Amino acid sequence: MKELICIVCPQGCHLKVDEENGCAVTGNSCPRGAEYGKMELTHPTRVVTSTVRCEGGLYPRCPVKTDRAIPKEKMFEVMRALEDITLTAPVQVGQIIIENVCGAGANVVATRELLFLERKSDQKEL
Amino acid sequence: MYDLIVIGGGPAGLAAACAAWEGGLRSILIVERDKELGGILNQCIHNGFGLHHFKEELTGPEYAGRFVKLLGETGVEVRLDTMVLEVTGDRQVHMVGKSTGYRVEEAKSIVLAMGCRERTRGAIAIPGARPAGVFTAGAAQRYVNMEGWMPGKRVVILGSGDIGLIMARRMTLEGAKVLACVEVMPYSGGLNRNIVQCLHDYGIPLYLSHTVTDIRGKNRVEQVVVSQVDENRNPIPGTEMVFDCDTLLLSVGLIPENELTRQAGIEIDRRTNGAVVYENMETSLPGVFACGNVCHVHDLVDFVTAESQRAGAAAADYVRNGAGESGRLLEVKNGDGVTYTVPQRIRPDRVEKLCGLFFRVNRVCKDSEILVTSGETQIARFKREHLAPGEMEHITLPRALLDKASGTITVSIREVAK
Repeated sequence: MKELICIVCPQGCHLKVDEENGCAVTGNSCPRGAEYGKMELTHPTRVVTSTVRCEGGLYPRCPVKTDRAIPKEKMFEVMRALEDITLTAPVQVGQIIIENVCGAGANVVATRELLFLERKSDQKEL
Repeated sequence: MYDLIVIGGGPAGLAAACAAWEGGLRSILIVERDKELGGILNQCIHNGFGLHHFKEELTGPEYAGRFVKLLGETGVEVRLDTMVLEVTGDRQVHMVGKSTGYRVEEAKSIVLAMGCRERTRGAIAIPGARPAGVFTAGAAQRYVNMEGWMPGKRVVILGSGDIGLIMARRMTLEGAKVLACVEVMPYSGGLNRNIVQCLHDYGIPLYLSHTVTDIRGKNRVEQVVVSQVDENRNPIPGTEMVFDCDTLLLSVGLIPENELTRQAGIEIDRRTNGAVVYENMETSLPGVFACGNVCHVHDLVDFVTAESQRAGAAAADYVRNGAGESGRLLEVKNGDGVTYTVPQRIRPDRVEKLCGLFFRVNRVCKDSEILVTSGETQIARFKREHLAPGEMEHITLPRALLDKASGTITVSIREVAK
């Protein structure tokens, strides 16, 4: 019997996973918790959130995420792949930045809108 | 004269303005000091937001974006880059903005949604040198996630609040080495899920009952000394650990930002550091409402949204139907194990069907009961398997039960043997 804290939502249910019984999960308050408990012991996954460079928008970084959870061991590989990206505003929410990143079965998508900002010549850089 | 002025364009202000619009108000102004709406959500690029409200897992910017879009479908007016300087008792709002200059606007109702501020090194008096490299976790979060700067390479984090935990992961993913997360209390102040996915995932040690007792370095932080503390939170000599690092991040609590509230003469609750509010989030000044982190610090933005929608709807009701009869009044008191409640006052005759009540506990408890009593009468009882100070609790009291109470109601917790 392995005790876990569910990370699916902020509620943080205290799960008990029975490895000898097909990873049967108790202590969960939703079906997603049962799925998480099983996955965490067999092949743990995480959603990666980070930022990429962006030119011409309100800010020099654009937040991104993997649109589904990826294998935990691929997290740093995905982070390295993001280093090479430079976007140009405008950027839309949900815009695909990298398809099937590092073969992890998830796309990297933008998580905010960044409009193209025309900088007036007398306006100082922030 | 506006029907409603909302001060602050973060999640609380956005939800309140949208709800007031739905409630029939047509002349609403949001005043925001930043250059865009969304507040602190814009720098919270991690996911986990929106599970209650949108029934899906969103990042902070996505959550904010949804509300900004909703707001765009209304006729709510927004003034960005504008700072409110004063709110008067007769609902005049003094503000100064880059393009509009100094203005005084009047409103029939006001929603205070200014959010909160981080406690700093000065607030907790850490001894030692004063070199560069000591940041609040939220400031570091803004540098990394929005401005594109890395604050340091070898990091110690003081405080295990959610922002500190989130930043431990964020700095690690960005290539920094996070040496330790240090917490003075014997339990973490953050959500359990964040301990798992931000510390355990990356092998970052959490030192409970420890604190920073010295900061060393001439121009930049060079070393941080961490000591164990006793049950009175005093450092124990001989337990010092020295970490070679260039950065100390502080995640040592949030304080509701109530300068405007105090100036307006509104009653403040010393437990929450926010305004004392009634069941509909109205403050002691009629027609002025408070919601979100300016009222009490939340863990979940979804709860901020729900609370702010109530405040916005109540403001609309106030403008359309006037103050109304207040009727009976119940004071909500802390019982054993409870550190504060919101609301602090309930007017049962104003409760339509249900009255939500938020509170926090002062210790970690398993298998407990939440008891709601009025005098000698128990009016409600709720079971919980797990309670912790870092996790805000929420109960709902039906009107029928409130009618059984008189004078005060007390919320307390009691551990029960299985």
